Amino acid sequence: MSLNIFLQNLSNGISLGCLFALVAIGYTMVYGVLRLINFAHGDIFMMAAFFVFYAMTIFSLPWGIACLVAIILAMVLGRTIERVAYKPLRNAPRISSLCSAIGMSFLLENFAIVVFGGRPKSFYRPEFFAKTFVLGEVRVPGVNFVTPIVSIVFLLILSYIVYRTKTGLAMRAISKDFDTAMLMGINLDRTISFTFMIGSGLAAVGAILWALRYPQIWPFMGVFPGWRAFTAAIIGGIGSIRGAMVGGFLVGLLTIMIVAFLPELAGYKDAFIFVILIFVLLFKPEGLFGEE
Amino acid sequence: MLKVENLNVYYGGIHALKGISFDVSKGKIITLIGANGAGKSTTLRTICSLVRAKEGKIIFKDKDITNISTDQIVKMGAVLIPEGRRIFPNLTVQENLDLGAFVREDKEEIIKDQEWVCKLFPRLKERLWQKGATLSGGEQQMLAVARGLMSRPKLLMLDEPSLGLAPLLVKEIFEIIQRIHQEGITILLIEQNAFAALKIADYAYVLETGRIVLQGTGEELLRNEEVRKAYLGE
Repeated sequence: MSLNIFLQNLSNGISLGCLFALVAIGYTMVYGVLRLINFAHGDIFMMAAFFVFYAMTIFSLPWGIACLVAIILAMVLGRTIERVAYKPLRNAPRISSLCSAIGMSFLLENFAIVVFGGRPKSFYRPEFFAKTFVLGEVRVPGVNFVTPIVSIVFLLILSYIVYRTKTGLAMRAISKDFDTAMLMGINLDRTISFTFMIGSGLAAVGAILWALRYPQIWPFMGVFPGWRAFTAAIIGGIGSIRGAMVGGFLVGLLTIMIVAFLPELAGYKDAFIFVILIFVLLFKPEGLFGEE
Repeated sequence: MLKVENLNVYYGGIHALKGISFDVSKGKIITLIGANGAGKSTTLRTICSLVRAKEGKIIFKDKDITNISTDQIVKMGAVLIPEGRRIFPNLTVQENLDLGAFVREDKEEIIKDQEWVCKLFPRLKERLWQKGATLSGGEQQMLAVARGLMSRPKLLMLDEPSLGLAPLLVKEIFEIIQRIHQEGITILLIEQNAFAALKIADYAYVLETGRIVLQGTGEELLRNEEVRKAYLGE
């Protein structure tokens, strides 16, 4: 493989990695506070892409505004899912909320098929994203410049919220001990809702970046990115925000590199990521940045 | 300040509190003593709304708080330092203290209060940037008390503060409880170390399997034959 092709793949890998980091955070944050895998997360991702689509086609909003609206709607959707599907089961056995999460995932996918239709729709791409830039002999699509920058900006905002604000402190307290967090005067419901909103908002940003890269949107578009981001969150250490960032980055980079270096295995790339996951868990059961 | 009337609580299918009533008047140290499983912790957890009462009433500062959420009760100034310290191991000492002051907005006063608790517990001051998990058991208990104080409570409830501490530290913790009390904070103390608790208590209640079986001033109970036999090991 020539250096140029390697660099080209590297730019794809970095960009996809940043994207998975954004999505993986939603899994890890929800797990952190509720010890629940939010299987509907990938479907919130999908819904966000459709929100952009319909905001532009039905309400004729300009692209930028449509993205903003979609992010906000995704946050509302995430919060609603928590209220409807998880909150009533907070004190139930964990398997109940897990089933509820799977059910919610199916519900959103079915809803999307019925209401949006199963046929892929094309997602609008502003010119810059569709363009390919040639740097020396390396060809880099515009979206590869934007994705890492947007991701890093949102990850920095997230880190600020989690590590520097009172709400972030409340989230970190809740992740260790519900009762004691309540004894500090933390409003549990509000903090959990906020966690879902942040996770869903980041998923929406991820979805927009994803759709700019693969501009076909359809009801099952969230399934594979969802699973990969979930895997990434586990590799990084589920519950750890830094872990989700690093895990997401690794999974994105590896997915691209496997395809590039071992083209004959390209079809198995998702299984390959799982093999890596299993190896990580064998040597570090808590994940790369997990606790205990 | 706090009035508990005919409190009935079921906990995991067990009738844990069978109609208990007691008073905590302002500026006093009140203690509940009793064996393991008598319902002492359940009483405090019910006052804080972590456990819901089936029947009965809890009045705090002339307000019915029986069905109010925990965070509202904390805001009103009733604060529980839970059994087993329960500090946040993943957070620094400073962050633990910040959480204690979570319901407050008066930044300058919070800083003053932190200076005050650092004076009470000089060991914490040296460890503000350490993770909670790295503290020794005694230091964790000090942090739990300091964190409780950071909310500037009117009523401080302590659940077994001396549990698992070395005798010297037990003595220190009881001295600190008295110093906190001198600052004008009303104290509701739960202890298995009945002797130490009764010695500093203005008034005490003895709990047995969810009922109050005996009450009196600390001194009275220290002299009481039954108490001496059952709880003071004589």
